[in-house]
Amino acid sequence: MARVLINFPQRAKRGEIIEIKTLIQHPMETGYRLDNKGVAIPRDILNRFVCAYNGNEVFRAELFPAIAANPFVAFSTIATESGELAFSWFDDRGQIQTEIRQIIVE
Amino acid sequence: MAVFAPIADATDAAMAEAIRELIGEAPLEPGKVKLELPSIVENGNTVPLTVSVESPMTAVDHVESIHIFNQKNPQPYVAAFHLGPRAGKAHVATRIRLADSQRLIAIVRLADGRFWSDSADVIVTSAACTEQ
Repeated sequence: MARVLINFPQRAKRGEIIEIKTLIQHPMETGYRLDNKGVAIPRDILNRFVCAYNGNEVFRAELFPAIAANPFVAFSTIATESGELAFSWFDDRGQIQTEIRQIIVE
Repeated sequence: MAVFAPIADATDAAMAEAIRELIGEAPLEPGKVKLELPSIVENGNTVPLTVSVESPMTAVDHVESIHIFNQKNPQPYVAAFHLGPRAGKAHVATRIRLADSQRLIAIVRLADGRFWSDSADVIVTSAACTEQ
């Protein structure tokens, strides 16, 4: 499992717009580089990121090789209710990493 | 130093084609969108990029998606972000790679189906992927 940093206020007022910052450890190998034997290094990137708030998708990103290694994505959402935010990253091999964080809305 | 596969850059034509695929024959209107990158970077490996859009983000009037294109990387597409009224505000940030000095374009699709855009030019003094 890759290391992940997710940052947003753990408590928010109902209706407040919260900023969410995410960072995940990943080389984002572009597929355009050659190794020192001249063989192309196969592409290996995270191509999709989804954030779901209590099961409902609130943000999605499609990522291409032009996204820097250790992809950073920041976005916002309205704090509607207490519950969980699920963050999922999808790679080229079909693997998914999901991280769950709680939010308290008062 | 790494060696590079001989591949063509995404030309203006490739970028135009990728944009056409997104917007079809719809007009691209300047305004509402603010694409921000540093105007000069030393290192193309990780360049901060933000897009913000003037939008009330209500159920009827909101940003549906934000698309980023580049002129000279191997592929014209950089990223697409899908949001909606639950975002509260239309503001996204990421970090990108730039293989050369070039122009970036952000295209925003609003809920009414219209497209707005902004562009930014970046000078890169040391390109992405030239170091291991």
